[in-house]
Amino acid sequence: MSGISRRKFLTCTLVGAGATALSLKTDAFASAKLEGYPDSMGVLVDLGRCVGCRSCEAACNREQNLPAPAQSFEDQSIFDQTFHNGQKRRTDENAYTVVNRYEPEGTENPVYRKVQCNHCNEPACLTSCFVNAYTKTSEGAVIYNPNICVGCRNCMIACPFNVPAYSYSSATNPIIKKCIFCYDTRLKNGQPPACVEICPQQVMTFGHRKELIEIAHERIKTHPDRYIDHLYGEDEVGGTSWMYLAPAPFEEIGFDTTMNNEPIISNVKDFLGTVPMVLAIWPALFTGFHLLATRKHDIEHHGDDHQKHKDEEKKS
Amino acid sequence: MRIKMIVPVIVATFVLVAGFTSLPAEAAPPAQVRIDQLSKDFEPVLFDHANHIEMVGDCGECHHHTTGTAAKDPDCMRCHNSGSSGERVACRDCHAAEPFSADHLKTTTEDRKRYHRDLLGLKAAYHRSCMGCHEAGGGPTGCLDCHLRTESGDALFRAGKHTPTPTEKAAGHH
Ligand code: HEC
Ligand code: HEC
Ligand code: HEC
Ligand code: HEC
Ligand code: HEC
Repeated sequence: MSGISRRKFLTCTLVGAGATALSLKTDAFASAKLEGYPDSMGVLVDLGRCVGCRSCEAACNREQNLPAPAQSFEDQSIFDQTFHNGQKRRTDENAYTVVNRYEPEGTENPVYRKVQCNHCNEPACLTSCFVNAYTKTSEGAVIYNPNICVGCRNCMIACPFNVPAYSYSSATNPIIKKCIFCYDTRLKNGQPPACVEICPQQVMTFGHRKELIEIAHERIKTHPDRYIDHLYGEDEVGGTSWMYLAPAPFEEIGFDTTMNNEPIISNVKDFLGTVPMVLAIWPALFTGFHLLATRKHDIEHHGDDHQKHKDEEKKS
Repeated sequence: MRIKMIVPVIVATFVLVAGFTSLPAEAAPPAQVRIDQLSKDFEPVLFDHANHIEMVGDCGECHHHTTGTAAKDPDCMRCHNSGSSGERVACRDCHAAEPFSADHLKTTTEDRKRYHRDLLGLKAAYHRSCMGCHEAGGGPTGCLDCHLRTESGDALFRAGKHTPTPTEKAAGHH
């Protein structure tokens, strides 16, 4: 099952569950283009500047007090690692950001791509969360409350970028883990996240999202030879706080370019927003459990190394 | 001398002379510069200015149009087609050590009256200048070529004596 059909499936099931709980008027399904908070901050990632030094991964690890990695951050052999179906490294509970290397045809140098939460204007993780553990802050960060999270993993399925990771290491309290834009320690005090600050090449520019959009288009205009004429994240899935400029076609460097410009499951958001939680939570929860039970088999085939961890854990 | 000849020697010598004559006396270029303002995870950099002037020739390759010669980048020449020996020459005079502080953003990205809103921070001004030219001209580009890591840098990168041990490795996987 591809990511898209997976999400569609979720959307339909959730909306279905909602519709049975109470009959919705059809206009509740009309999704408007949402701009997010007007003054929200963002990060412009200029992939053409990245030299693959992995400083951002190291800085994230230090800032978020994550466990020691398997290999030193100066180890470049990690770029050769792939999982099932040639899939590159993904973010997980021990690494909220990873850098992958691509060799698109026709480009002289490899292109590196940093992956982390894109902090959507209309986060699918937030809309899919039955217990309301997620918050989109006015600064632009998508954060979550680990004390509320029940570990149901709906956000993992809903996220169009495969970002939230499940923490298998805590059997007693498994929760979701992901990049939070360094909200607690930096963003809320007006400081840029740790990865942005450490980068020797200023691959990442921190600022107000609306100004970053102007700057990005200015860069494309002054150097049309250096950039693909597209700012990824300006419109995708309703816009994201983290946006990308690339020196090679996005689809060749690991981006999903089939993404719709409408927020994902915005229908569900409308629905969740208009009915009290009690009404919503039961049908939705049952659907969620059913979904997870039937999804397990597919996850195993999805080239997802999280599942591998889990299997390993069971053995030990 | 193997500066891959990006800057043709003739132009270089010509501009060198021109550059020097138009220079105010007080701005005589230092032979060595110890670049240390940012040092934390890496040691300071001992920059051989004299050697670079000799190899590169043109001050404008690094100092824009601010040391008396015109900007070299054709894009910049659209507006800065003649040199001016500005008050400010050191990179840190214009490229801020903390480019994303709330105060600094007010004078860059947020200042719509300004042309140069998209201004690099100091760390990136160095690296993009040094590494940009080195990539093309054969200078060093490895992360430990210009500065060694400090103790805190080794801890950051989990390198040196902080390299993960096999037991930690297993822990990291769970
Ligand atoms: C390869 C790049 C490069 C070239 C070529 C170069 N410089 Fe520099 N110069 C630097 C760097 C880097 C510094 C250190 C700036 C700092 O500390 O921020 C510097 C420092 C200086 C300073 C001291 C600034 C201060 O206030 O501390 C002067 C003056 C100067 N350069 C003049 C010149 C002149 C004149 C030329 C041409 C003859 C020249 N430079 C050529 C890179 C270069
Ligand atoms: C479209 C015209 C234009 C172009 C192209 C241009 N500049 Fe400028 N430059 C200006 C203006 C206007 C100012 C006055 C300050 C401002 O508005 O940013 C300026 C100021 C400067 C200054 C003095 C900085 C200061 O804070 O006083 C430097 C250095 C400079 N430019 C470098 C460059 C470089 C390097 C490039 C090429 C990458 C470039 N400029 C391209 C218009 C331009
Ligand atoms: C008088 C102010 C000033 C000084 C001094 C200065 N810069 Fe700049 N620098 C600018 C401005 C303004 C720009 C233009 C940014 C733009 O529009 O691309 C710029 C652009 C740059 C760029 C990006 C150019 C590009 O093509 O993208 C680099 C790299 C850079 N500076 C490095 C340095 C270094 C290294 C030094 C010291 C040797 C230095 N600058 C000194 C003002 C200054
Ligand atoms: C305009 C081109 C250019 C720029 C900009 C430049 N370099 Fe270089 N650099 C060279 C060349 C050419 C060599 C010589 C390579 C060789 O030996 O073949 C060199 C060599 C070096 C070396 C090794 C030799 C030595 O002098 O010790 C160091 C270290 C170095 N550069 C540091 C720097 C630093 C630090 C900066 C930025 C502040 C910088 N360079 C900016 C062109 C440049
Ligand atoms: C051509 C020389 C050169 C190379 C190669 C180089 N740097 Fe630097 N680096 C500098 C200079 C110059 C400074 C400024 C030093 C200062 O102000 O203390 C610096 C400073 C830094 C700083 C900030 C100071 C600190 O201690 O935190 C970081 C981080 C850094 N470099 C990382 C890297 C990484 C990672 C690489 C490899 C991708 C790299 N550098 C390659 C020249 C270089």
